[in-house]
Amino acid sequence: MIRVVIDPVACDAYGFCAELLPEAITLDEWGYPIVDGTPLPPELVEVARRAARDCPRRAITLRERKAHS
Amino acid sequence: MVNASETLPETKRYRILGHPTDLSGHVAALGPVPLPSKAPRTWREDFVSVLEASGLPGRGGGGFPAAIKLAVAHGAGGRGVVVVNGMEGEPASDKDKLLLIRSPHLVLDGAQLMAAAAGARQVTVCVPEGRDHVAAAVATAMAERANTQHAPTPETLVRPPDRFVAGEESALATWLESGASLPAFRPDKGMALRIGRQAALVHNAETLAHVAMIARSGPDAFRSHGLIEDPGTCLVTISGAVENPGVVEVDRGTPVIDIARRATPRQTPQALLVGGYGGAWVAPEHFATPYASLSLRAVGSSAGVGVVVVLGPDACGLAESARIAHYLAGQSAGQCGPCVYGLPAVADDLARLARGRVDVALTARLDRRLQEVNGRGACRHPDGAVQLVRSALSVFAADVRVHADGAPCPHADRPTQLRFPSSLGTAVA
Amino acid sequence: MNSTALWYATRATGLMALVLLTLTMVFGLTTTTRARARNWPGFAQQEMHRRISILSVVFLGLHVLTSVMDTFVNISWAAVVIPFSSKYQGFWVGLGAVALDLMIAVFVTSLLRERMRPATWRAVHWLAYLSWPVALAHTFGMGTDAGEGWVIVLGIVCGLSVAAALGWRLRAASRQASARTAHASVPGLPPKHLQLGGHTKVWSRRG
Repeated sequence: MIRVVIDPVACDAYGFCAELLPEAITLDEWGYPIVDGTPLPPELVEVARRAARDCPRRAITLRERKAHS
Repeated sequence: MVNASETLPETKRYRILGHPTDLSGHVAALGPVPLPSKAPRTWREDFVSVLEASGLPGRGGGGFPAAIKLAVAHGAGGRGVVVVNGMEGEPASDKDKLLLIRSPHLVLDGAQLMAAAAGARQVTVCVPEGRDHVAAAVATAMAERANTQHAPTPETLVRPPDRFVAGEESALATWLESGASLPAFRPDKGMALRIGRQAALVHNAETLAHVAMIARSGPDAFRSHGLIEDPGTCLVTISGAVENPGVVEVDRGTPVIDIARRATPRQTPQALLVGGYGGAWVAPEHFATPYASLSLRAVGSSAGVGVVVVLGPDACGLAESARIAHYLAGQSAGQCGPCVYGLPAVADDLARLARGRVDVALTARLDRRLQEVNGRGACRHPDGAVQLVRSALSVFAADVRVHADGAPCPHADRPTQLRFPSSLGTAVA
Repeated sequence: MNSTALWYATRATGLMALVLLTLTMVFGLTTTTRARARNWPGFAQQEMHRRISILSVVFLGLHVLTSVMDTFVNISWAAVVIPFSSKYQGFWVGLGAVALDLMIAVFVTSLLRERMRPATWRAVHWLAYLSWPVALAHTFGMGTDAGEGWVIVLGIVCGLSVAAALGWRLRAASRQASARTAHASVPGLPPKHLQLGGHTKVWSRRG
């Protein structure tokens, strides 16, 4: 189960992640990403990796989680 | 202002307050700290099982089981550091200051025990800048113990900045490493804190005092107080509209109103703030709630740090909550957008509500922002603020309706009954 | 290989590398947080910046290769990376070496980004801004085609593009900074520590 994890300290609200992955990431009124922590559908994993590479602050990681901790 | 109003009988009851302050008195009353001359693995295992059996959680607000934290730090390997968190950034709390002044040897004993169990080679006590009387008491105690069998692991005292966030455990570790009090993003709760390459075991001062007592009198003495699911005693600071504010040691599970009564409220409280400024309000119908984690959570509050603030009837709960919200917003470390922007926005809306300057969208906007800010910082600071504000909207719901109609109560302008560091303004906009 | 062919190849690949480096700078400068052009997604700036930077390194590599292989002038491998050590046109080739070294540093740190502190990576990247004006000076200082009309126009266009992008970036940054201070002027709050927004701020030094 792959989940999107955002490092809020590194994030500087560029918003590229929400552009690439609107199905899983929305932006709050100040431009910071909201993720709900649910696993990504498999067809979105590739785009999610692209979003992680494109983040200028490298604030996105994709993590393998067995259960919601 | 800090006077211990505990009325504990001089019996063999489990307690952490009320023991002699100086080293010889401490040892005469309690015996030497039960450290082996070397710490063989069997001693370590016994110590961990004693901690597990006692069920001791952290008393710094996180409530994380001490035995598990020790296992994580020990598993991280290397010769680490035990950090005594005496920062107490919570304005409504005085317990750690009192403990370090009155029972420093108990706290330091606990640190020594943890150091032996974790294989640490240093004990570092953190007391904020500006609290020189506390620092002096700790320094005196350290001087008494230095190079004796009471302190096999070297002890030092450091003075981080006096900010709310500086006491957060990862911020403390970061400060010790690089001089900046910045909380770290820790997605992996199972990973130990680090200072450089060393593992760091950070514990609240009160937790360590309990460790030292439990090691001497056994886990059953601790468990004979409190509840099964929340055992032992804890220190609670009582303040607000009371005659005798101060710190008391109570059994966990004591009803919150009974704790409040120890400080003699001037009148029947309108509400009680429990757990600190990042805790939550408790309404009169829940005043009998036991001071325990699960019980308080069941009524929408939280045990947090041992704090009970009494709100008198001639105060505006919304205005006081707005002051707290502004204070918390100003104490942000400034690293995470939702906290930096969200907390001031929430505080502003709450202040508008308290003033009766309400636009139609305010309640919905406030609810949405509370929902969005929650859980989106690196540390729990915004979560505490959200919890506080939500509890205010719930407990003072009647006031919310009246204020929302544009009719604020006259109490909003009264001087605050809460304590804030003097450098910050507390005006409600 | 024919020296004349190498000579043409060096000049051509050099000019291409300059153009690509200019484009890399422009795309990098216009990758900002929040400020957006309509109909053009922000992540595209970032991806263009990355892809074009790789192309510019490729052309730079060809430029270096052809200039060393060209036996008509004496530029050793050492002179390529050690600034100002070339016997042929020491100063201008030296500038080229400076630009090359900076670009190598950026390239390597970007490959190893996960293993270093973000502040270090950021510092090296900012240093790379220097490589562009140095490369421009190298191009015109070498003199080979500097007199050609179209080359001069090319240089001016490159210069103006980067200047325009830089100006845009500075304006966007100052607009953002004032938005942040606006958020910070809340009563009861000391506004100072909100002014740097999401960047790390040291509250005190140890000791």
